Amino acid sequence: MSIANTAHSVVEPSPNTRRLAGSLVVLYAVVTMIPLVWIVLTSFKSPDDAISYPPKIVFTPSLEGFCNLFTTRSRQTPEFIRTLGPPQGLCDDIARSRNMVVAGPSNYVPRFVNSLIIAFGSTVLAVALGTLSAYGFSRFRVPLKDDLLFFILSTRMMPPIAVAIPIYLMYRTIGLSDTRLGMILLYTSVNVSLAVWLLKGFIDEIPREYEEAAMIDGYTRFQAFVKVVLPQATTGIAATAIFCLIFAWNEYAFAVLLTSGNAQTAPPFIPIIIGEGGQDWPAVAAATTLFLVPIVVFTVLLRKHLLRGITFGAVRK
Amino acid sequence: MNDLSAPSRITYGAVLVRPAVVRRIRGLSDKALAWLFITPTMVLLLAINIFPLIWTIYLSFTNYRANRPNAPVKWLGIDWYQTILTDPDIWAAMQVTAHFVFWTVVIETVLGFGLAFLIDKKFRGHGVWTTIILLPMMLSPAVVGNFWTFLYQPQIGLFNYVVAFLTGHPASSFQMLGDVTLSPWAIVIVDAWMWTPYVMLICLAGLRSIPDYIYEAAEVDRASKWRQFWSITLPMALPFIMLAVLFRGIENFKMFDMVNLLTGGGPGSTTEVASITLKRAAFESWRTGYSSAFAIILFVTVFGLANIYVKALNRVKSR
Repeated sequence: MSIANTAHSVVEPSPNTRRLAGSLVVLYAVVTMIPLVWIVLTSFKSPDDAISYPPKIVFTPSLEGFCNLFTTRSRQTPEFIRTLGPPQGLCDDIARSRNMVVAGPSNYVPRFVNSLIIAFGSTVLAVALGTLSAYGFSRFRVPLKDDLLFFILSTRMMPPIAVAIPIYLMYRTIGLSDTRLGMILLYTSVNVSLAVWLLKGFIDEIPREYEEAAMIDGYTRFQAFVKVVLPQATTGIAATAIFCLIFAWNEYAFAVLLTSGNAQTAPPFIPIIIGEGGQDWPAVAAATTLFLVPIVVFTVLLRKHLLRGITFGAVRK
Repeated sequence: MNDLSAPSRITYGAVLVRPAVVRRIRGLSDKALAWLFITPTMVLLLAINIFPLIWTIYLSFTNYRANRPNAPVKWLGIDWYQTILTDPDIWAAMQVTAHFVFWTVVIETVLGFGLAFLIDKKFRGHGVWTTIILLPMMLSPAVVGNFWTFLYQPQIGLFNYVVAFLTGHPASSFQMLGDVTLSPWAIVIVDAWMWTPYVMLICLAGLRSIPDYIYEAAEVDRASKWRQFWSITLPMALPFIMLAVLFRGIENFKMFDMVNLLTGGGPGSTTEVASITLKRAAFESWRTGYSSAFAIILFVTVFGLANIYVKALNRVKSR
């Protein structure tokens, strides 16, 4: 490895090193994707194919998992089913082939809707509060600034179960148990710490001179904030919002302890999907697949800001 | 900075007579605006975090039970704290937690740093592959835990099949989640699968922060690649590795959702990490006073770790 033999820059890895590094990384990526691919495949299997041994890689695709996810079914005698009219859609057809009829919609859609409402509600609140506070911390001389910022971060360090005990009692007393509003407020309080830290980083990067120039032109501080800083911080605000959305979307501990029928989100619901005689794996896989799709999209959108997000803005590229 | 904002300072009296609220905000001084911007966040955190925390501290000194809200509450002083700190079950849970935290952090750091080191070689398509590798850490730990129970099924699970294929042990001869020696490792494997990318991403930032000229100087001095790794790469990436280690340590110390869905603490209590013990005491046995005291002990521990974490974080920042 002498310098004379390397035609390229000394710090550039040789083509062989690159190829070796590349193949090892691709190998890891492929292995790490197998569980996810398997879940997606399972969601398109029939219940028998899903639990066959050896595991089936080639199978006839079936929508039974998705049907079972969205419907409840009741078992009927073949004689009774024969007396019915033609099947009402694909899911009824599949159900009838198993001597069942579709009895109604399942709870998955309401749970999914709860997830959406709570995730978006808490994100909007957390980002709004976070943007204001981040600007305050970034631009003004606030007494005890570092202590306040550490306090904000430390609220995120509490074990969720430890927080859930008093929240459970508090919500029971003030009537917020098992309500969407209660969950939105709770997730906002968790997310606001991330929002403040991330957005402070983004706003710190916007040169103060922009606002100062605007203020010399006669803008007030508030106008300068709205008309100069906010447009500059759009990317940061969007990235922060996606991080908040992902947290609220994925959250389980609070959801399983503090909600039951009314405000329950999808994560506590998915594990309790059961069919006849145990877990209905294709339906669970279907629920998981649908639940993960938005996250995959968000991850791709966020890839440039991921590092900042997971380190609370401490590490930037 | 404040001298330039002078035009925005309008006297308070003049502001107050304006009818619209927006106009009032526009005319506020910097100091008033700073408080106006920061107070809502603080109020929310005080209401949803600090007030409950104080309530928990109070409850930890009493025999209150959440399932008997009307029973008379007796003041017990520090009895619960003494009970917990001398309870062998609690120490068993702490040991399970320590095993989980130690091995996940070791495996994730080694694998994560290794991956970052390879990705830093900037082979063709490294951006796309990096994004793919990052996916698991963005997913819901609860949903991940749940679908890994499917992969871990002794008879039909893909994990058992692959292990059987590679080692020759029959797939039905072992149960990752039902065996007292295997289940602590089953949760480590899932956590490592999920969070290695996290460590990788932070380490990658560390590696990319090392300026090229240091390596160029080392080449001029004829330092071997091996020597360069130990005297340049590793020491300079160390603050980043530390950051990742501390963050993973804190997160896994609090671990609840993934383990709760994979094993629920079982078999027996072999995977009962601290948060699951806490949940059982608080929401199954309804020993609210006792579990509040345990929650406070856990919180103080995490808070101590968080302090170290923020100091390390500031050191990384100042570079």
